[in-house]
Order: sequence, then C-alpha cells, then structure tokens
Amino acid sequence: MTDVSNKIREEAGKLLEKGEVDVIIGFEKGSIPLSATPCFIRNEADIEKLIWNEYCGNNLSLYLSKARGKIGIIAKGCDTRAIVELIKEKQVQRERIVIIGVPCEGMLDRKRIMIRCQSRNITGIEDQGRQLLITGDSLNVAVEKDEFFYPACQVCANRNPVMCDVFIGNTIEEQKTDEFTDVTDFNEKPSEERWAYITDEIDRCIRCYACRNACPLCYCKECFVDATQPQWVGKTIEQSDTLSFHIMRSIHLAGRCIECGACERACPVMVDIRKLNRKMSADVKNMFGYKTGLDIDQPAPLSVFKPDDSEEFILDI
Amino acid sequence: MGNKETSWEPKIIAFLCNWCSYAGADLAGVGRMQYPANVRVIRVPCSGRISPFFILSSLQNGADGVLVSGCHPGDCHYLTGNYSARRKFALLKSQLEHIGIEKERVQFTWVSASEGGKFAEVINRVTETVKALGPAKRLVKKCL
Repeated sequence: MTDVSNKIREEAGKLLEKGEVDVIIGFEKGSIPLSATPCFIRNEADIEKLIWNEYCGNNLSLYLSKARGKIGIIAKGCDTRAIVELIKEKQVQRERIVIIGVPCEGMLDRKRIMIRCQSRNITGIEDQGRQLLITGDSLNVAVEKDEFFYPACQVCANRNPVMCDVFIGNTIEEQKTDEFTDVTDFNEKPSEERWAYITDEIDRCIRCYACRNACPLCYCKECFVDATQPQWVGKTIEQSDTLSFHIMRSIHLAGRCIECGACERACPVMVDIRKLNRKMSADVKNMFGYKTGLDIDQPAPLSVFKPDDSEEFILDI
Repeated sequence: MGNKETSWEPKIIAFLCNWCSYAGADLAGVGRMQYPANVRVIRVPCSGRISPFFILSSLQNGADGVLVSGCHPGDCHYLTGNYSARRKFALLKSQLEHIGIEKERVQFTWVSASEGGKFAEVINRVTETVKALGPAKRLVKKCL
C-alpha cells in the first residue's frame, strides 16, 4: 500500500508541477482509526498528505461536478465507471479531468469492524496481510479482512479502472462474480418474506438523504424529495413515504447506478439500500442488455428503446 | 365500514392516454358495454406522460389497483411515447414485485380507440384480480 501511496504522490506531484491540473482529488489520513478522508490538494507542498489504503472507500467522482478548473482525480474501478456515466450525462468534460487509475481489491467496512470491536477505543492497528490485529482499551481482536469488505466490493466486477490517463500499480485479476445471483436468490423468496425484509430495513431510515448526497449520480439541482410543487413523496418517516423515496431513487438510478455502494457506506443506520439498486441493475442488464459505466458511446437504456423490447409484463387479452 | 367481506369493493385508478385508451373507454360507453364501476379514470396526454410517481402516489393514497393503458406500440400519437413508457414500466413493475408488492396490483395494457370491447374486458379482468387480492395493505399511508 505504501508503494501505491508513493506512486500516487509522485504522479500527482508531476501533474501539479507541470500545471496540467489545478487540483488533485485524493485521500488523506482520516481523523479516526480505520478511515481515510477525501482531500483537495492545490499546492505541491501538500502532496505528502495523499495516501492510499484499504479505507479509501469514498467515490471521489462525487466532487467532479463541483470542483472548478482542471482536475486530477484518484479513481478506483467503480469511480471510473461513475466518471464514464458523468461524462455521458455531460456533468463533466473529459478534457477537464486527468484520471489517476488505481486497481482496488476491495475496501474495508469500518462500521462493521467497529461493531466487531464493540465500538471500543482503538489505539493500535497492525496490518498482517489477510488479517488486521486491532488493539485498544481491553481490546485485542484479529479481524479477517475477507469478512469485512463492503458488500458492493464483494460482488465487484471492475476492480481495475475502466478508463484512465495514468495507471498506478499492476492490473489485478477480476473477480469471477456471479451475475446477480444475490438478486435472483432474493426474488425466489416468497413475497411476504421479501416485504418483511425490505420494510425491516426501510423502517430504520431516518430520511437524512446521506445516500443521495454520497451518490455521484444523484446530482440533480433539485431532488424530487425536496420538490414541493408538486410534492410527490411525503416528507415523513412513515414506512409508506420512506419506501416510496427509496423506490423512486432506485428508479431514477436505473441504468445509471454503477454499484459503488456509496449510498450504503454513507447510511448512518446501515439500511440495505443496494437491495433495490441491484435489482434495477440486474433488470437493466437482463431486459436491455446494458451494463453501466463501461462504454461512453452506449446511450443510457431509458433514453432509447427497441420496437421489440420485452412485453412480458403487459396484460394481454 | 360494516361487513368487509361482502361490502368491500376495490378502488382502481386507471391512467388512460388521450388518443387511444381514453377513446377506447369512450367507445365502450357509447357501445353500452358493461364493466365494473370500480375504476376511476384519469386522462393523460400519452402513456409516456405517466411518471412512476403517479402510480406510487395512487397506491399510497388508497388505490387497491392501478391500471395504465396507452396506444399499441407503433400507434403512439407522439410516435414513440409508449415505447419509452414501456421500458420505464417494465422496471417499475419488476421493482414493485421485488420488494413484495403483489404484482397484480399494477397492470399495464394497450387499448386502441377502436377496442371498446377490449377496454371493458380489461376492466373486468383487472377488477376481478384486484378483488381476489383484497384491500391493499402494503405501501398504504397510515395517516393521510
């Protein structure tokens, strides 16, 4: 990891020095254990701040449409897929960004590790390859990394950047991930069980909209949940309103969600938001043969149609 | 509320496109065809005008079933409105089923201006299936 950090600093330094970019969006050390924070480097003097480790989960493409000037961005596989979609949707111009691509073997879920550590104060973390030795106030646990990768990382099919200008490190082997077997498995359960699971999750939602704010593709100036004329979705935390919000969000992201899991990472109450988004991704792939964030020239599935699209669901009399 | 078993009748919201299905419904009326009175019709310019919000909002606010009907593919007054709608509805219907809402509650169909008979039949069929499901319980707002 330190190799990668050094390489990132070197490349970022070059870009800033040559004046090819005005700002580098990357990660710096987080203020709490097991975390990394997005940072914006404008001076070469600050380049040493940049780091790379297994806590760099945030999808930095979120900041692309907000930053000014030419931008250098450190991007994982999922981040580059988001960038492809953002370019396609004309939220950022390709000429304006320099992508520093970094392959990623998965990011660790701080919240779940903290639960494993019973939320005690952590004073020391020792990285032993496949294991983390965590010590702290009456705490001494060994954490198997494999168990604590984010759910989105566990089914990630693009660990290598799909598009980049500077590539850091070596290409890694892609996971032989299932093709949405998690969605199919869930769909095979009886309707009552699915409803019980979904409502159980949704009932925890406090409508903080952290999922929306963390999502690189949720860039609307006015979100439908903020609109009041007309107000389609109620603002209460009643199950019906909350669920409507999540259904509509998944529909708005259908064919656009790049499955980075930013929504789930941002959620303070750990709602399984990806359950809905994964379903839409599976449908978009099965019905329209589209996979998001891979090809800039492929039009978004809901902006086009084929005369012979499936009519299975149409009531035919 | 009285005796729910016998007195309950489903409320069904039908979104009909102005050019085909609404005219089809009109033809059913002119032709004096019989169909259940459970359906409340809302006329929209095109099936492409119907946002998933309309459908969710209906279910939230007391509809037991929703029917969406537009022109047959290829016959859209605006040429491609129903093709775009078809993709949107396919996803919505699939998502609603995924989260556990009975798939028969939300129905999509094509009725042309000349198909008065088909319109009556569609309403019969949808009313029957929704009646068999009973009153909507999922996604219904508890306090309005």
